[in-house]
Amino acid sequence: MTPALTVTVFTPLAGALLLAGVRRLDRAGLLNVLVSAVTFGAALALALEVAAREVVAGAGFRVDAFNIYLLVLTAFVGMTTSVFSRPYMQYVCATGMTSERGMRLYHVMFQLFIFTMLLALATDNLGVLWVAVEGATLATVLLVSLYRTPEAIEAAWKYFILCGVGIALALFGTVLLYFAAQHVIDDPAAGLSWSTLHELAPQLQPAIMSLAFVFLLIGYGTKVGLVPMHQWLPDAHSEGPTPMSAVLSGLLLNVALYAVVRLKMLVDGSLAGTPSAHLAGYLLMGFGLLSFLVAGLFLHRQRDIKRMFSYSSIEHMGLMTFAFGLGGPLATFGALLHMLVHSLTKSAIFITVGHAAHIAGTQSIDHIRGLLRTQPAVGWGLLIGVAAIAGFPPFGVFTSEFLLLSATMQSQPWFTVALLTGLVVAFAGLFRHLQPMVYGPVPEGQQPVQANMFPVLVHLGLVLWLGMAIPAFLAHWLDRATSLITGMHLL
Amino acid sequence: MNPEHLPQLQQLMMVLAAMVLFSSFVLLEQARLTAAIHAFAWQGVLVAMVTVIVAAGGAQTHLFFSAALTLVLKALLIPWMLHRLVRRLELDRHSEPLRRPALVIMAALALVIFSYWLVLPIVQQELIFTRNIVAVSLAVVLIGLLMMVIRTQAVAQVLGFMSMENGLFLAAVSATGGMPLMVELGVAFDVLVAAVLFGVFFFQIRASIDSLDVDRMNRLTERVDGE
Repeated sequence: MTPALTVTVFTPLAGALLLAGVRRLDRAGLLNVLVSAVTFGAALALALEVAAREVVAGAGFRVDAFNIYLLVLTAFVGMTTSVFSRPYMQYVCATGMTSERGMRLYHVMFQLFIFTMLLALATDNLGVLWVAVEGATLATVLLVSLYRTPEAIEAAWKYFILCGVGIALALFGTVLLYFAAQHVIDDPAAGLSWSTLHELAPQLQPAIMSLAFVFLLIGYGTKVGLVPMHQWLPDAHSEGPTPMSAVLSGLLLNVALYAVVRLKMLVDGSLAGTPSAHLAGYLLMGFGLLSFLVAGLFLHRQRDIKRMFSYSSIEHMGLMTFAFGLGGPLATFGALLHMLVHSLTKSAIFITVGHAAHIAGTQSIDHIRGLLRTQPAVGWGLLIGVAAIAGFPPFGVFTSEFLLLSATMQSQPWFTVALLTGLVVAFAGLFRHLQPMVYGPVPEGQQPVQANMFPVLVHLGLVLWLGMAIPAFLAHWLDRATSLITGMHLL
Repeated sequence: MNPEHLPQLQQLMMVLAAMVLFSSFVLLEQARLTAAIHAFAWQGVLVAMVTVIVAAGGAQTHLFFSAALTLVLKALLIPWMLHRLVRRLELDRHSEPLRRPALVIMAALALVIFSYWLVLPIVQQELIFTRNIVAVSLAVVLIGLLMMVIRTQAVAQVLGFMSMENGLFLAAVSATGGMPLMVELGVAFDVLVAAVLFGVFFFQIRASIDSLDVDRMNRLTERVDGE
């Protein structure tokens, strides 16, 4: 285990312990930013190591091309969100929506959440992966109910119960996986090591593996927000504090999808050569497409701005799940890129939405009006963010969606129709709500607020850059991840 | 293969696993919360006993530790916490009989049959023993799920959740001889934290809707006219 890996994964844990002792609010916010920055720096150092050595492994951890880019992304979004959350949470605290104790809880849990995410990504052990993903639920559930309104408590309970049940089913899948592994691996301690299992995947019993995958997909799929297990997602995202929505949407969903893809790699290895070789892929395609289409339709019915964007997250997760199910280097490359640009764009949108709700004093779409005139920075931020997430060129989401559509056209042409329809439906849903919010008449007495749009600027700038020219090192990086997942290079 | 051909330890485990399943039914039927908590505690004891037997069978020594952990956590600590919460929330006289007991029991039976059907293809070349034990564990998990669906009372839902965990642990211990120690510790830690958080939520829910009937929490829906 190299120092960079240790620092990346365990800084947030140490930060959480430190933050538990800090009483002063402004200091806690600053320390939160500092810890996140250290984590991000270490993640970058780790990325350099991985670039030099292909795989950094040791002590039950294993970082390769696939998870390193998600590690860097997680650390980066964690950092920018902590920059945003410092003034934002001070405003929340000033309005009396939460107490000083609530703020301490918030800071500790924020770091613990980042810790569980990084642990889930970096670990090689599928059992630890499960523990970390469950830990992420536990860390965030009290934050969803932070404001103590009846809605927030209802949302938190739903989140807790649904994700708890889902993740319990994933544990059953993990047990089955371990059961299958015992027949091929002598050392019981290595029976849950992903790398060992991946090497021996062709020997794993296909019948057990496919049953295990169904449980694992339902379990982790609940966390991805796949329809019909998505019920918790809009509630938890809309009722929790805004920085939480940003990291839930931008990071947690990615990590859950990462788990699904890792497990799919094992199942594919085991089922190769049997009549149902593409079982895992077909399951992912089905769930993905269903989520994509249903969430696009639900976008139209929303009245709460954060709920609307959480449905947009379900839609995009559905698209990525579909693409991973489709398989093949082009679709996988597109899906990996989409994970990246979706996280960046969606967390930028949630940060902007936090400011917009602050300006209007409500999250109700009907009452957010005239943002462009009241505060151009927030108005433009929202407009550009939504344009980016809807897949307009020249933003990165366009690039990845274009790749995904080409891949679909190549292997399953008929699905292109469904995908295009879904994209148009979602686009219409977003813009019909967005238009009055940014352009509409300004309500009386609406004042600009102190907004920190720097994180948004950075995120959207990166997305724009990725849309116009993917830097060579990143393309190379994603290509290596693609070849890990599919066994074929794209570039 | 007849059961009497199995080694004696495995026969004993089968009996205990059957009793775990039986305790799931008992848990499902209880109208009173205190009685349900007792049923849950007994289930914990049974699961711990299965663990001891597997450990005695010589699989792995760390299983003795797991057994002790299960006994303390599932049979003593969590039931005690829930008991105390129920008393503090003044719910110890709360009684909520099942609305359609016959139907619920039929559904639970159907789940048991479904579990057996589901594991049929897995272990055709395996021992009859493993197949049975995986099926029973899955049935315990699914009955826990059923309990969470039909009970509207928050404490009863938590009991369903925890009994799902019992089923998972039973599967891990009996079918695979226990997961690696680190994973087991992690899972136990998660369960403990979850139990504490559930306790926190009971009070938050009570403060919010003045009841623990979670069906009354229905503000967040997709209704357009819901204003």
